[in-house]
Amino acid sequence: MKRLIDITELSLQEIERLLHRAEDIIARPAAYAHACEGKKLATLFFEPSTRTRLSFEAAMYELGGHVLSMADAGSSSAAKGESVADTAKTVSCYADIIAMRHPKEGAPLVAALNATVPVINAGDGGHNHPTQTLADLLTIYLEKGRLSNLTVGFCGDLKFGRTVHSLINALARYVGIRFVLISPTELKLPSYVKKDVIQKNNLDYTQTTELEAVLPELDILYMTRVQRERFFNEEDYLRLKDSYILTPEKMKLARPDCSVLHPLPRVNEISVAIDDDPRACYFKQVFNGKIMRMALILEMLEVQV
Amino acid sequence: MNIDSIQNGIVIDHITAGRGMTIYRLLQLDSLDCSVAIIKNVHSSKMGKKDIIKIDAAIDLNMDILGYVDPGVTVDIIRGGKLAEKRSIDLPERLENVIRCKNPRCITTTEQELPQLFRLTDRERRVYRCAYCDAQAK
Repeated sequence: MKRLIDITELSLQEIERLLHRAEDIIARPAAYAHACEGKKLATLFFEPSTRTRLSFEAAMYELGGHVLSMADAGSSSAAKGESVADTAKTVSCYADIIAMRHPKEGAPLVAALNATVPVINAGDGGHNHPTQTLADLLTIYLEKGRLSNLTVGFCGDLKFGRTVHSLINALARYVGIRFVLISPTELKLPSYVKKDVIQKNNLDYTQTTELEAVLPELDILYMTRVQRERFFNEEDYLRLKDSYILTPEKMKLARPDCSVLHPLPRVNEISVAIDDDPRACYFKQVFNGKIMRMALILEMLEVQV
Repeated sequence: MNIDSIQNGIVIDHITAGRGMTIYRLLQLDSLDCSVAIIKNVHSSKMGKKDIIKIDAAIDLNMDILGYVDPGVTVDIIRGGKLAEKRSIDLPERLENVIRCKNPRCITTTEQELPQLFRLTDRERRVYRCAYCDAQAK
């Protein structure tokens, strides 16, 4: 595997292999502590991100490898006008694998086409974020024991939420998946995702603006933040940001085994009072993200343990 | 109206009326030294009206441009004054440097030397998406 740009580049077999590897890492962390000794990961983050960069770096350190990191994008060669292609070719001389976050959509693909080492897309604008999807898949798999026959609700910003689009793309390939799409009209799932993914795979779905009405049906509730940075107009952001707030009151409507996921960071869409609810899985998701990034790095560097 | 017949060259036929000049421009036929004729609004029993382009030289045509702009066209290859080959054009699976991505967030908007790549994602609805950002071509 020489690149991961979009979650759909992974076959179901490859995802299964990563999930099993992740389970093994959780069960036997010591066995992986030196797996990437002598290897270097370059984290090229051209837009601010704390958790994803730290997650990649923690993953590489836990595999015994090293990390090369830019101080900040403002002082990088990109700020001097270097192209993504040139950056990728240059960093390939220093590192064994690259994780790239970039505000421009498609930049990691350009890097992958020019690098001589594997490239992982760590988020490109509002487009793809496949390692978040891998974290989501591992969380669902560990909580439910399966990735099929599930009713999955997505709530909040389904228009700009790249994690939502990626997870829908990933889950659409499993049998018995039903989607419940909960959003304000202005932030509903783009029609091309519905047509090209949900309808193309003949999947059952419901679209609604009412979270409470559908909450009792859900195996998984995937909450999202309304992202200020995706709006060109501040007024639209302010009007829509508080559309859905998950509270302990609302959680009473959910099933006892409903798992609540969120890609984080949250603003106020999940009340902190829910953090102690055993159904809250968003901090487990953070941990699982690191584990899946470890599994992915091992797979891409073809390291046998 | 009479246009001389071609000895060795290409006739692009069944162009939707009005698209002849677009195809002429996109194929950069103005850069050719040979005779090129654009015939507009020709009577057609099948199409009502159509455009035709005749090129009096055996050049390499960018079939992707033709397929994208007007997938119903036919291309006749003329050799020794006779029809040697007749090609139907289909929607191309991939377009390179035919259209530009208009998504302001796409990497191609800041790195303009990158090739503009699009892939066909829905043949029925003729939907092309940018290979970099997945934005639909407009």
